[in-house]
Amino acid sequence: MGRRFRAFYAAAVIAVAALAAATVVALVLEAIGASPWATFRVILTGPLQDRFGITEILVRSVPLILVALGVAISFRSGILNIGAEGQILIGILCATGVALAVPEWPRPVLLPLCLVAGALGGALWGGIAGVLRAKLDVNEILSTVMLNYIAAQLYTFMLRGPLIDPAELMTGSGTPQSMRLPRSAWLERLVPGTRLHSGLLLALVLAGLVWVLLWRTTLGFRMRASGAGSKAARYAGIRVERSLVVAMLLAGGFAGLAGAVEVLGVHHRAIENISSGYGFAAIVVALFGGLHPAGIVPAAIFFGLLLVGADMTQRSAGIPANMVLVLQGAIILAIVSARMYVDDPYARQRAARLLGRFLPGGKAGA
Amino acid sequence: MTLGQMAYDILSLGVPFSVALLLAALGEMFNQRAGVFNLGCEGIMSLGAFVGFLPAYLARSGSLGPWADLLGFALAAVVGMLLGLLFGLVTVTFRAPQGIAGIGLAMLGTGVAGTLFRHEIGGVTGVEGVANLPIPGLSRIPFLGGVLFNHNPVVYVAFLLVPASGYLLHRTSWGLRVRAVGTHPRAADTLGIDVNRVRYQALMLGGALGGMGGAYLSLCQAKMFADDLVAGRGFIAVALVYFGRWSPWGVAAGALLFSLAQSLQLSLQVWGIRFPYEFAVMLPYVLVIVVLALSRSRTIGPTALGRAFNREMRV
Repeated sequence: MGRRFRAFYAAAVIAVAALAAATVVALVLEAIGASPWATFRVILTGPLQDRFGITEILVRSVPLILVALGVAISFRSGILNIGAEGQILIGILCATGVALAVPEWPRPVLLPLCLVAGALGGALWGGIAGVLRAKLDVNEILSTVMLNYIAAQLYTFMLRGPLIDPAELMTGSGTPQSMRLPRSAWLERLVPGTRLHSGLLLALVLAGLVWVLLWRTTLGFRMRASGAGSKAARYAGIRVERSLVVAMLLAGGFAGLAGAVEVLGVHHRAIENISSGYGFAAIVVALFGGLHPAGIVPAAIFFGLLLVGADMTQRSAGIPANMVLVLQGAIILAIVSARMYVDDPYARQRAARLLGRFLPGGKAGA
Repeated sequence: MTLGQMAYDILSLGVPFSVALLLAALGEMFNQRAGVFNLGCEGIMSLGAFVGFLPAYLARSGSLGPWADLLGFALAAVVGMLLGLLFGLVTVTFRAPQGIAGIGLAMLGTGVAGTLFRHEIGGVTGVEGVANLPIPGLSRIPFLGGVLFNHNPVVYVAFLLVPASGYLLHRTSWGLRVRAVGTHPRAADTLGIDVNRVRYQALMLGGALGGMGGAYLSLCQAKMFADDLVAGRGFIAVALVYFGRWSPWGVAAGALLFSLAQSLQLSLQVWGIRFPYEFAVMLPYVLVIVVLALSRSRTIGPTALGRAFNREMRV
């Protein structure tokens, strides 16, 4: 079987998977009386109409890149981090807490400190699941999912209690949100009049660093070896458990940093629904990007487009926001199914035989 | 208030609370016994809760009465089966990794339920739900009567399903096949058992039970539907299967433990013992982690759990 057939086969499988996912989404859209074609067109082209839309795509892609990098590290290391959503929230709390505790500190100290605090908070939250898996063999999917729910409650508690803006208590409206962060802790805006902030540059730099970490350092090699085959890795003297904990610390750290960047760059105060599902969307981004930084960055921008487009359909056509979950779920199922077919040599052989039957002497055998 | 009264409050509230978890976890137990780790249970429960609720909602002014609820449970079971089939297609036929695929199904199911709910119903609306059916005679036994025999009929059916599941799993040839394909699929295959077919059957049964667990939430427990009604119970059900060591009685014990913790928390609030509401809501999720950490697999689960079977490969 030639390279050309392989590429053709992979493209065909991916096309079928994309079609299947789109069909599922279209069926749900039909069920709520919306036109699938019109909806897809708005989602894919609506945000590209003006400059603001394009910057919004990039604004959404920043947390997606950061969280997906962490997810990629954890998946590559053989530990499935589903807990980014909770780690983001803890990151927001830590960054907000630091910024409000020492608002008078100079910017060159305060801003990095807030970012580091967010990353550390997320790392701690992710590390819990890592240690539980390494020491007590607790299934990390279940523990991270539970930690998401716990973090969500903790977040609401902090915003309603210790962190609440005193002004909210005075006016009596009681909206659960923190005080506005000091201006010296904000990430600067890249394009005036839009929300695009310098967190984008940070995310791109970190994407490069993650590539170096995973493919150019011993630590990265150990983590990838643990994920590829834990028994072989252990036999080669790699401490697999330690790799798992390190991977979860890093994954949580990236998610926590994403939370800090989001609050320092976009909202400037901790509010409810700040994350709005970035933790789950980033899992899709990481898989879509092939668990590789060079794939994750474009994938995050594409999903940024989908998220902004979905918002537009919600405003213009009244399509419920939950539709984003349908889209993401369908994409996950399509990607994991397609990947197995692309990698399965027997399936490829069968496809080649089938093609050969239709095209006698054709390029399938080449 | 006497200690007996407190115990009565907690138990009589906790027993009906356990049913949604019990149904879903029994279903998940069949999945895992057949070797499939189905995290999509959360999505199955969500969609089951929605379609189960729909007939009762549409017929709320009509005279369908309990038939609407029955229809709801049937619909929820069918939808659960269909989602089980979808999961089978992805993880059994396409052999995709089960953990990530399960997250995908959870998102898909929750998303579809939420989308349809927003479109069809819009806001939170209550229904009459399934009425209590005290068992004549037995419900008048002091203490035990109220705890065990004064609930809606689904509670009794669910608890009868525990021994029924044990019988199905350990005393029928289908149960033997399920355990075989979850423990040593290659040996089962050699004996002429169609491994993938049995896995599909287990997934359909598990899906039906999960869907009905969801319908129980919307029709019997909350008597309404909301986007976040299931709130992780599907994932908790998966954890209960580990805790219950893949046996129906263990699963039932786990479901009861959780619902008692929940009713304890509600009772504390009713009795006026104050602590932050958020920490009360957190409690069951913390309990899952603690339970998972303590119940290290001393009896090992199904050995082929989480691994797709490929006849063409030797390992």
